[in-house]
Amino acid sequence: MTLHEILFWILSLWAIVAAIFVVLSRNPVNSVLCLIATFFAISGHYILMNAQFLAVVNIIVYAGAIMVLFLFVIMLMNLNTDTEPQKSRLIHFAALISAGSMLLLILAALRTAELTEVPVSDAGDIGLIEVLGKTLYTDYVLPFELSSVLFLAAMVGTMVIARKETSKEEVPSDNK
Amino acid sequence: MNIDTFLLVEKTVLILIIILASMGVAAYATWAERKVAAIMQDRVGPSRAGPFGLLQPLADGGKLFFKEEIVPNNSTKWLFMLAPALFIFTSLLTSAIIPWGPDFTIQTADGARSVGLQVADINIGILYFFGVVSVGLYGIMLGGWASNNKFSLLSSIRAASQAISYELALGLSLIALVMLTGTMSLREITAQQHGFWADGYFTWNVFKQPLGFVIFLTCTFAELNRAPFDMAESESELNTGFLLEYSSMKMGMFLFAEYINMFISSAILATLFFGGYNFPWMDQVAQAVPSGLFSLICVVVLMAKIVGFILFFMFIRWTLPRFRFDQVTKLGWLGLIPLALVNMLVTGAVVLFILK
Repeated sequence: MTLHEILFWILSLWAIVAAIFVVLSRNPVNSVLCLIATFFAISGHYILMNAQFLAVVNIIVYAGAIMVLFLFVIMLMNLNTDTEPQKSRLIHFAALISAGSMLLLILAALRTAELTEVPVSDAGDIGLIEVLGKTLYTDYVLPFELSSVLFLAAMVGTMVIARKETSKEEVPSDNK
Repeated sequence: MNIDTFLLVEKTVLILIIILASMGVAAYATWAERKVAAIMQDRVGPSRAGPFGLLQPLADGGKLFFKEEIVPNNSTKWLFMLAPALFIFTSLLTSAIIPWGPDFTIQTADGARSVGLQVADINIGILYFFGVVSVGLYGIMLGGWASNNKFSLLSSIRAASQAISYELALGLSLIALVMLTGTMSLREITAQQHGFWADGYFTWNVFKQPLGFVIFLTCTFAELNRAPFDMAESESELNTGFLLEYSSMKMGMFLFAEYINMFISSAILATLFFGGYNFPWMDQVAQAVPSGLFSLICVVVLMAKIVGFILFFMFIRWTLPRFRFDQVTKLGWLGLIPLALVNMLVTGAVVLFILK
């Protein structure tokens, strides 16, 4: 086995085990931490595929910003086994059916899928920031700009929703 | 010795030196902080342990190691232990991308060999720095949450919201710098600031990006949780916040990591804006002395700049009172981010219409 393969297997095992613990863990904070570990493993995979920019952006955006907000919210919610909402048996049943059909779908898709060798480019510089920037701003400039408008719309939407609540109830604002 | 073993030895030695130097600087930064505070408040400061109290960091460290270690009963124990380790780990990570000095050549059995004074020259150095900064927050958040204490939790939430707000302005202020330099590698950014004066203008980025520098410096204060942005630790409101339940060396590690962070941030500031290891008339010096000595001079110059920044951080801490929390967020969102955007626009226009 080459070093590349050894790293691949270690990272894959790490990602899968961490992802399983995200689902299995009863404590939501532990779930979030396992999800962060998964993101790091995936970033490792990106580096193996010579996509350094993606790897670092994955860390900055997901592990650094989004998961901090997740942790933020979960820490404030005071979740533990005593206050865990008890769901009815019907919901359990519905969850079982939807998860089962999802499994069936994945199995069906995997059965017909063709296993192809994914070319690993060692010398290629496609993942480097200069090449990525040029590609984004020449070949894919329209989708890129459209998605940025989409993000802007989402941000403005959040502002609108957040504003409405305070103006309706007319809370005397003590934070100037 | 073949080339690869040599590289391995070289990098290991370099990493060890950098880590030990960070620890040493951090230890003496605690001493310097107390001395600076003492001088500014017309006191004597530490003076009993050794001449000028120079052995005070050793005494402090020894005291922390021998203190009783207390783990709160209802805390999540493994997270409580993990948090300080994570914090000190991330504080040391950034040192890998800082170019401490120019390459120098040494004679080996295989012939002349160039030795670099940078652990890893990655072409996305600035992004790596952002990544480490954003992950560095977990130490505080986990520490605050795992302590199972309201003050600690409040503190970690304050730290998180403050860090997220200021990371945006931090990033935006550096985008203007990246537009101007055209690279994200710290090595190249330093190389572009060669000397002090070239083509009728200063080479250092602080003269090309004065506004960017001020924004970056302010955000560094906020990211370091230092006064006037020490909301996370504010003694008078939160009893030192996330440090509240920590004792012994676990608390020592948090405090120590903050000083390491200050050292590394000063190094980043010096590298990005104050020319890194470059100094005026360096070409003449380079011709006069052997390459090994020249590298050493460059390292000393960089260290001098770093010490200058550390002292500046300390002067500010003992000069300005702490902001109120809403003032901190307001400054970040309504002050620095629009300012950084304007800076970015102006820089973009200059690069597009004047420099090209």
